[in-house]
Amino acid sequence: MTTAQFFAIIAIGVIGVGLHALIIVPHLLRKLMALNIVGVGIFLFLIALASRTSSGEPDPVPQAMVLTGIVVSISATALMTALIRRYVALTGKTELPNRTDEAPSDDT
Amino acid sequence: MSPLKHLLLATLLLVGVAIMIEAVILLPPEAEGLQPTVSTHLGESGVSNPVTAVLLNFRGYDTLLEILVLATALWAVLAVGGTAIVPRPQPTNSLLAALTACLVPILVLVAAYLLWIGASRPGGAFQAAALLTAGALLLDLSGYNPIRRLSVWWLRLLLLIGPAVFLGAALLCLRYGELLTYPAGYAKYWILTIEVACTVSIGFILLLLVLGGRPGEDATTERESVM
Repeated sequence: MTTAQFFAIIAIGVIGVGLHALIIVPHLLRKLMALNIVGVGIFLFLIALASRTSSGEPDPVPQAMVLTGIVVSISATALMTALIRRYVALTGKTELPNRTDEAPSDDT
Repeated sequence: MSPLKHLLLATLLLVGVAIMIEAVILLPPEAEGLQPTVSTHLGESGVSNPVTAVLLNFRGYDTLLEILVLATALWAVLAVGGTAIVPRPQPTNSLLAALTACLVPILVLVAAYLLWIGASRPGGAFQAAALLTAGALLLDLSGYNPIRRLSVWWLRLLLLIGPAVFLGAALLCLRYGELLTYPAGYAKYWILTIEVACTVSIGFILLLLVLGGRPGEDATTERESVM
């Protein structure tokens, strides 16, 4: 296994952990953190696979894509934080309504 | 979530992770990608750092859209209603004031260095802007708030100068050929101009994103009502 493959496999693990948390945890801020962890995993994956050139100089195109990706992820994080704050201010809740949670309250 | 569902989810995720790991193991150990192509054309790009060349020349539209994404995120944050931020009181701690006075000039200096060195080494507009934002946040947290006293027109100018210069450069390139294809031999100056303008705007956009809205909300609304 080469170094690039080792780091790519670590990155896949990070993506898996992030996806799991994104689905499992109900708190919106934690979901946002999980989404960021998925993003970090994807960046690591791209950077790792970019280093597989024979000359030893990594492929700059994936690196530039990661740089752009970091900026987009910061924008998305800021927007989501603002949306979460707005949601909390409007509803007083930190979790999205759940179908199984809502069903009994509709009956009563 | 029930334990059964959780087990199902974990199994699905593990299968997905296993498939991806297998795919990575099956990859050829070496792949050139676009590295030789970038190396061949690096001389025409106007900069000697391949990542900067890709960001601002070969795939300049990526970076242009990236700036627009940042600006759009800020508009969205303002639209969702960034909460009004009250100016912080001046610090009473003299140590904090002395430390801020020491650190902020250094941050500005390092930001300028990163911006300039981006042409040949790791660095560039976004990294420099991140440092400027850090300096501005340090100022803000310490109670010195020159940014909160800026008039709304200054803010608009500083926020939009980056996207405007980049878009203007992209359109001006149409006169010489294609969109974002700089005239041969002058690419260096085009890239530098765009980077300087973008550093200012990215710095301000990041700062306002962190502060969660317009700085000095009350003062701004007052000024606008006067106009």
